[in-house]
Amino acid sequence: MDMHRLPPFKIHAACGTLGILDRTRAAVPAEDIVRGMANMRERGNGLGAGYVGYGIYPEHADDYCLHMMGLDDGARERLRSYLQTVCNIRHDEPIQTRPTPTIHDEPILWRWFVQPREDKLAGRDPEDYLVNVVMTINRDVEGCYIASSGKNMGIFKGVGYPEPIAEYYRLEEYNAHCWIAHTRFPTNTGGWWGGAHPFGLLQWSIVHNGELSSYGVNKRYVASFGYECTLFTDSEVISYMLDLLCRRHRLTIEQAALAMAPPEWEEVDRVTDPARKRMLTIMRQTYPGALLNGPFAVIAGHDGGMVGLSDRLKLRPLVAAEKGARGYIASEEAAIWAAGGQPEKSWPVVAGQPVRFDLYEAKEAAA
Amino acid sequence: MPLTTVHPQFIIKRDMDLCIQCGVCTRQCSYDAQKIDPEDGRVSSDPRTCVGCQRCVTLCPTGALVVTERELHGRSHPNWSLQVQRAIHRQAESGGMLLTGMGTDKNYRIYWDNLVLNASQVTNPSIDPLREPMELRTFLGAKPERVEFDDEGNPVSQAGPLLTLDTPIMFSAMSYGSISFNACYSLARAAKNAGTYFNTGEGGLHRDLYEYADHAIVQVASGRFGVTPQYLDAAAAVEIKIGQGAKPGIGGHLPGEKVSAEISATRMIPEGSDAISPAPHHDIYSIEDLKQLIYALKEATNYSKPVSVKIAAVNYVVPIAVGAVRAGADIVAMDGTRGGSGATPTVIRDNVGIPIEFALAAVDSRLRQEGIRHQASLVVAGGFRNSADIAKAIALGADAVYIGTSALIALGCHMCQSCYTGKCTWGICTQDPYLTKRLNPEIGTRSLTNLLRAWSLEIKEMLGGMGMNSIDSLRGNREMLRGIGLTTEELEILEVAPVGR
Amino acid sequence: MKRVYAKEEVCIGCRLCEIYCIFQHSGHHTLVKAFLDQENLPEPAVRVEEDGAMSFALQCRHCDDAPCVAACIAGAMTRDPHTGAIKHDEERCVGCWSCVMVCPFGAIRMDNEKGKVGSKCDLCEGKGIPACVAHCPNEALIYE
Repeated sequence: MDMHRLPPFKIHAACGTLGILDRTRAAVPAEDIVRGMANMRERGNGLGAGYVGYGIYPEHADDYCLHMMGLDDGARERLRSYLQTVCNIRHDEPIQTRPTPTIHDEPILWRWFVQPREDKLAGRDPEDYLVNVVMTINRDVEGCYIASSGKNMGIFKGVGYPEPIAEYYRLEEYNAHCWIAHTRFPTNTGGWWGGAHPFGLLQWSIVHNGELSSYGVNKRYVASFGYECTLFTDSEVISYMLDLLCRRHRLTIEQAALAMAPPEWEEVDRVTDPARKRMLTIMRQTYPGALLNGPFAVIAGHDGGMVGLSDRLKLRPLVAAEKGARGYIASEEAAIWAAGGQPEKSWPVVAGQPVRFDLYEAKEAAA
Repeated sequence: MPLTTVHPQFIIKRDMDLCIQCGVCTRQCSYDAQKIDPEDGRVSSDPRTCVGCQRCVTLCPTGALVVTERELHGRSHPNWSLQVQRAIHRQAESGGMLLTGMGTDKNYRIYWDNLVLNASQVTNPSIDPLREPMELRTFLGAKPERVEFDDEGNPVSQAGPLLTLDTPIMFSAMSYGSISFNACYSLARAAKNAGTYFNTGEGGLHRDLYEYADHAIVQVASGRFGVTPQYLDAAAAVEIKIGQGAKPGIGGHLPGEKVSAEISATRMIPEGSDAISPAPHHDIYSIEDLKQLIYALKEATNYSKPVSVKIAAVNYVVPIAVGAVRAGADIVAMDGTRGGSGATPTVIRDNVGIPIEFALAAVDSRLRQEGIRHQASLVVAGGFRNSADIAKAIALGADAVYIGTSALIALGCHMCQSCYTGKCTWGICTQDPYLTKRLNPEIGTRSLTNLLRAWSLEIKEMLGGMGMNSIDSLRGNREMLRGIGLTTEELEILEVAPVGR
Repeated sequence: MKRVYAKEEVCIGCRLCEIYCIFQHSGHHTLVKAFLDQENLPEPAVRVEEDGAMSFALQCRHCDDAPCVAACIAGAMTRDPHTGAIKHDEERCVGCWSCVMVCPFGAIRMDNEKGKVGSKCDLCEGKGIPACVAHCPNEALIYE
């Protein structure tokens, strides 16, 4: 056991979140999401903000892209020498930034496009392998932290308000069909860039407003499947949970939502359809460790679209909206209006019931 | 009474201004410490035989009686305390092992009192159990690691046979024989009322209790008393008893004078014969033997009910518990060193075994590391005094707890630790029909049901305070605990942060 | 009518019913005072019958066909038309013991000094739950 990390400190924060998806894969200008985030300034305190963009690396679409945050100049070489032992590095380059007032103490930022080394893979599932690589880097490679690790996506985050963070990372230069953003109100930690959100693992990225009372259970549950929480944030544990449930346990998003925000027993007891009752019962019996308890409102991005989910009492706000091919999910409807004008339709996300926006092609593929 | 070096342990004080000479105390005392003097017909006391059970004090209509422990008389000595001297005197007179009852009274640290629970403030709201559903429903047994679905979206995974509890509190193993029928009857009925389970111990299931068998966990212990196909079939779950917290490593002994006709019929042994449970199961000398018995019982019950293995928490509890899970146990019950007993050698009770807090923390962590925590539920026992102890145990990783002593206290027990004498004045731990009548099962059932209800309400209140509406979110949630006054090493084993962090 | 019933299986023979019956009919405010006043100590109307482990509290059953009322030559035993309880009037009692002889339960006791019926359960008339029931520690007496 890694003693120097005991006891782990839970990080408390409140937040503002916004996600925009164009279901036709048309580019969503970064200005849109920045405008929406600026509208929710009250929800952050300048101690952390971040964005995830999907579809931004078409020229390396089949490689896993690792966004590295390094604490010192040697971090990049340390990571390179580790990565070479486990992956083929297809390409690597600095993440482009520009000097921005109010943004300081920035880490070394570098991106690596990699594939697992066939000789090391030895028949293992490549995604399991990559998860392990990411866990190992975050735990063992000194001064290195992997902010995102999915294909054709990347996470850009740091300490500051959302607008300067977007400016610093030159987000306007990316063509993303999906942006999800986050602004934080951390109550007890500041300075660490890696602690900002979104949090990502492979294709999943998570922004989250809430405070999981069940964090200790969830952390230990994912740990028993090999996911080691190193950031002690809810978003981290939720991303591991989604990876576990949707990728490794092959649950659909709706089934994963049943594990994370299940109906109460009172409700299950009232279900008359025996098949459904049996399904709900076995889900709750099997996944007590996946139940996210306490207030949360999550927007999760993945390679097929975007999902919103709130806790089963709906203790934090979450609104969804549609305008043409665009789907929106946000903490506040005003942010949606600010980002894309008046939506054609908007509705509150119902407690415990996921709202999903899928890429049209993903829907067709599924059909 | 001949001269003895064993001094009386109690002082009986009678306020003569209040005593009305009604004689209730004399009729209640089964130890001859309160008697009517035949010469003058007046009530008199003899402290030499008093066990401090408080029965006379409780029944005295005028409050004229006080029974207190005697203070040490003579020159004090830290090494040679009154208890130590007393034990030596008793053994010098008897030449035998000293017997006692209930859990250890040695002043071991109670770690629950060094753990505090969390509550929500501002960053996440607490939940009001009066306004929101608060879920205590608990399932014991093996669950699948994941749920797989067929193409139609129907789950194909199945959980093993499970016990469903409406509250995570069960009654610990207490056999018919060690306790009276009325005590068993009260436990059975309260378990049914509260939606939980009682445990038969190794005494078999009395025919009149088959009505409650769907709330019974039946034990198969080393003496195999009362084990029949009917017994196994009727039960909700079967428990293999390997050890007990009050007497790890040793067997049991029910003296022949307690083996009445009813007990003889229930245990299937001759009336009046000693019921001796061997220290080990003589068909279990290794973990693979345990596996055979587990599967023999599963076969015998057609895989229709969970099989539990109960062990005492000892130095190597972790590999033993993990081994039991790997051997197919659906439930592992662990009994800590503060666990009780109707009769145990004092030297064993007071010196063998480890506190349940550490056993639980270590076993839960190891099962998670091994990725097999879902294969079995953890039930812990050994001195749970209140709902806070239970909430803390669940936060450390327990699925449910067994309560024994606190249930007996609810039935009237005053912890005189004289269970082994068979003269329990409260009618609990005796087979004397004059005494067993004192436990009215109507009252007993009501008291136990009330206790479970009260503790369940308190657990819900604590859960709500922690910002959660399901016991699922407390189970193994060590973030909800902080340690106070514990060493770094203790905190490390408990995997709990100190207060202030 | 409501009567006091004894549950033999849980009667523990403590005799607290007797003690509280005496207190109830003593006219004193405290139990201790009632018993200090030995000269005026009333006889209990309830008695615990005991044989080994078997015990139960016995008192007037207030029978529907009350033979004591029919047998009383002085009109001292009467049925209260309102409550249905059997009452005994000590003023009228002449000590003929007819009631004692006909009572099928042996629930009426003689006071040889006074030469009259000594005690007879009055269900603690007008005073709520009878004292014996209220103070039975094991709910072996019930009033229903």
